[in-house]
Amino acid sequence: MATLDEWRVAAEPYYAPQADEVTLFEAAYAARLPVMVKGPTGCGKSRFVEYMAYRLGRPLITVACNEDMTAADLVGRFLLEPGGTRWQDGPLTVAARLGAICYLDEVVEARQDTTVVIHPLTDHRRTLPLDKKGELVRAHADFQLVISYNPGYQSLMKDLKTSTRQRFAALDFDYPAAELEAQIVATETGLPREQAAALVEVAAAARRLKGHGLDEGISTRLLVYAALLIRQGIAPRAAARMAMVRPITDDADIRETLDHTIEAVLA
Amino acid sequence: MNSAGSFPAYGGHSAPPRAAEPATLRHAHLRQRLDCRFAAVDDVFDDCMDEAVRVLSPAGLEACLAHASWLGKLGRGVDPLLSFLEIWPTVAHHAGEAALAPLQVATQALQKSPNGPAIVALHQSLGAVARRLRSPELLGGYLTLVVELMQRTSISIHGRHATEPSPSLQTFLQQAPALVSQVPLKGLRQWVMEGVRLHGSHPQRQIDFFKLATPDSRAMLQRHRHGTLLVDVQRRLELTLRGLWDEPTPLVPYPVRPADEVDLATVTMPYRQADGLRLPEVLDDKPGATAVQRYRAMLAHLAAHRRWSRPQVADNLSPLQRLAVECFEDARIDHLVLRRFPGLAPVLLALHPLPDEDACDPVRESCLRHRVACLSRALLDAQHGYCEGTLREFAARFHELMQGGESSTAAMLRLALEWATRTRRQSDQLALVRFADTHVDWRDDNRHLWTFIEAGDEEDTAPDPTQTRAPEEGGLPPRHYPEWDAATRCHRPDWVSVYDTLQPAGQAADIEALLARHASEARHLKRLLDLLKPQDRTRLRYQEQGTELDLDVALRALTDWRAGAQPDPRIHMSTRTDGRDIAVLLLVDLSQSVNDAVPGTDETVLTLSRAAVALLASAISALGDELAIAGFHSNTRHEVRYLHIKGFAEAWDDAPKARLAGAAGAYSTRMGAALRHASQLLSGRQADKKLLLVLTDGQPADVDVADPEHLIADAAQAVREADRLGLYTHCISLDAKADAYVDRIFGARCTVVDRVAQLPRRLPEVFLALTK
Repeated sequence: MATLDEWRVAAEPYYAPQADEVTLFEAAYAARLPVMVKGPTGCGKSRFVEYMAYRLGRPLITVACNEDMTAADLVGRFLLEPGGTRWQDGPLTVAARLGAICYLDEVVEARQDTTVVIHPLTDHRRTLPLDKKGELVRAHADFQLVISYNPGYQSLMKDLKTSTRQRFAALDFDYPAAELEAQIVATETGLPREQAAALVEVAAAARRLKGHGLDEGISTRLLVYAALLIRQGIAPRAAARMAMVRPITDDADIRETLDHTIEAVLA
Repeated sequence: MNSAGSFPAYGGHSAPPRAAEPATLRHAHLRQRLDCRFAAVDDVFDDCMDEAVRVLSPAGLEACLAHASWLGKLGRGVDPLLSFLEIWPTVAHHAGEAALAPLQVATQALQKSPNGPAIVALHQSLGAVARRLRSPELLGGYLTLVVELMQRTSISIHGRHATEPSPSLQTFLQQAPALVSQVPLKGLRQWVMEGVRLHGSHPQRQIDFFKLATPDSRAMLQRHRHGTLLVDVQRRLELTLRGLWDEPTPLVPYPVRPADEVDLATVTMPYRQADGLRLPEVLDDKPGATAVQRYRAMLAHLAAHRRWSRPQVADNLSPLQRLAVECFEDARIDHLVLRRFPGLAPVLLALHPLPDEDACDPVRESCLRHRVACLSRALLDAQHGYCEGTLREFAARFHELMQGGESSTAAMLRLALEWATRTRRQSDQLALVRFADTHVDWRDDNRHLWTFIEAGDEEDTAPDPTQTRAPEEGGLPPRHYPEWDAATRCHRPDWVSVYDTLQPAGQAADIEALLARHASEARHLKRLLDLLKPQDRTRLRYQEQGTELDLDVALRALTDWRAGAQPDPRIHMSTRTDGRDIAVLLLVDLSQSVNDAVPGTDETVLTLSRAAVALLASAISALGDELAIAGFHSNTRHEVRYLHIKGFAEAWDDAPKARLAGAAGAYSTRMGAALRHASQLLSGRQADKKLLLVLTDGQPADVDVADPEHLIADAAQAVREADRLGLYTHCISLDAKADAYVDRIFGARCTVVDRVAQLPRRLPEVFLALTK
């Protein structure tokens, strides 16, 4: 049996609320409702869940979902030992047994036959059958399931089934407003406020180009990267190009436009 | 030497006695050296020689006079001589004295041909040309071009000696100053040669081409212009506008005249209209700012006006007052732009003129624009260096207003009116206005800033240069595609018009009857298809042999074995991707030749093609691939018709079948344009593999193209462009003599079906072979 200590959030993570998401999540947790956190990549979803876990005092078990994940990766499997076999709980089972918050990040990456394994935990039954072991795990009273999902990543093959969607309450996330985003970048990295505001201005220009050549705008995470580079002593324009322009596009016209934006905004 | 002995008509070795001694001439000895008897020369000789003595060296003067005296003895009257004497000092000053030698060669060439009268025209335009081409080599290149043009366009009846003068040489020489100022010499040569090649046998069209009277000639010249064309950078500028200013407005170019010739009183400035922002069609780089940066400064200024300016009532304001208000408001807008985007400051400072404070003489000329330009510089640049009291006072007040926030148009209006009242002078009304260093080229004409309560009688500043096209009677407007010219190795812009139409429908039952007739091929095809059933990407678990070990099942097997039960050996798994993700566009040649009967059967090429296409379509719809079918034919380059028979999204049911039944053959085959249009359509599909099948029965040809090689080369280029777009092109040719040209167009990707009767069977087979 694992202990929960390795999953407790040790220090308070920095999170600046955009609206009333904190209150809403606390209410959902009080009712132990499963929650879906939706938003573009890099806008603060994982950081929010970590913050809420710290605030509510619960341990947080995070699973990064991917295409190769099978149901056994979530639930558990038998392992071979010299003397025989041994059952090893997966992260979902551990969370259900011990009463942690289980956070499935980018759940849409996993295949749909893997995702349906969470269904029994998300309705009123709150049980997890372990078929191979022949055991029925009843979820701890403090257990909650949280998933995150990027709705902009549209693909026919990768989408949530309706039967999965309808088991969750959802919170929408988006990039913060300009002043808040500048404050976040400044606090995260120690960059002066004016420079952070200039980086946010460049990101706003790129977000306006979404759909006109850019698939997605610049995320807050990339802004933090750029700020970190500037703190390391790199010139602001070079840091902005490296962290904010080069990763998101290879289109020559868009790159040139964003380079010009950087030159115009960062004097 | 070209003076003595060549021409017995006039010149002799000894000067015959003159009627009157021109003793009043200052340069009498030079006049004697000139050695000709024309009285008309005496009138202008002194002035010309003053200029020549000032500019030329002694050796150059001697050479000049020698050439002039030779010109006088040509037998063409006094005009060549006079025109030469008039322009030569200018030409030598700008292009150097070494330019005389190529000029002599060129004049000799003209003299020997029937184009002698063009010598005068050559001289007359040479001054302006030399001002542009400031070196003997460039001027020599220009003269060589003139001679080449003359030689290639002079009409010759028997093919050896030119017997008629060139129809377009004089026109070209007249246009030469304007042309040379717009395009570099290399581009000019290419343009001239294109014109000669296109219209070498049609004199009137030649003249129109060189006079820039046709849109084609203007478009071709435009391609060679130096500077950055707006259409080349348009996408970037629109992205900048959208990203930085959140404005989705389109950009429209307006024509510009070459920079040196422009009269600043009539220069067109960028402006905003409801359907788009108007920007100059071409811009050159300037020191401190590239052309793209200049465009972006114009965009920033126009977008900032929309955001921060409010229209003011102009009825009670004089033009002077309006000019002042515009100056202050433009400066305020520029300040707000720089506040938001401080990185634009170096560009704006480099572009803004820096007039010298005392450069304008208030007695002789109107200093109004000059004062305004100084003020504008002072408002923009903190280090302006001007000392005049009122200017500094108003600059300080302006900065004070801007410190407090964004200020407003109304506040600028008040400030400007005060400035105008304090600095007015009587001399502002003078007709001679100083324009030098007063034009700020990124600013717009501020037409949005003024509203009028009463209708005034001012005329519009500039006519709207966008042409309105005559409305089409129904149908879509044509799409224009370039055509490849193998001789110049570049595209002729917007050369071909392709019209999209829906093929009119026939009877769908015909197709069913056709398929019934070819039932044996249909059965054969079905057998082939059954071997190709598509499968999606799947994991096949529980395999005894496979690519990966399925860990769960293996563990279970091991546990069973440890427990003493029989283990299941199927512990592997593999994934298969048998999916087909193919998009096919079948392009069918529907030219006149498909109506020919096929020897040995009682069908035409068209009916057999229809049967083949029907079989192929049913095969592809069974496989589930995306299919589009279209026919094409052309009637000169102005009317290439692309007939849609089946679209990608349509199922293969009655409607496409009816259209296929209605397909008929007419006109000619202009394959390159149809290939380009089809490539555009196919590359828009999302599919892993895109296949462009072309079914043709003859070589590309059209009624307005005499040289068959031209369209073949164009089709080959279209296939290369399709390759670059990621499309696989394959041709099925029904022409027994196809080998002569088809490998130049399609390379190895061609199937020749000799016996057309086999087409219904071969076409689907070719397709399946390609996509196995």
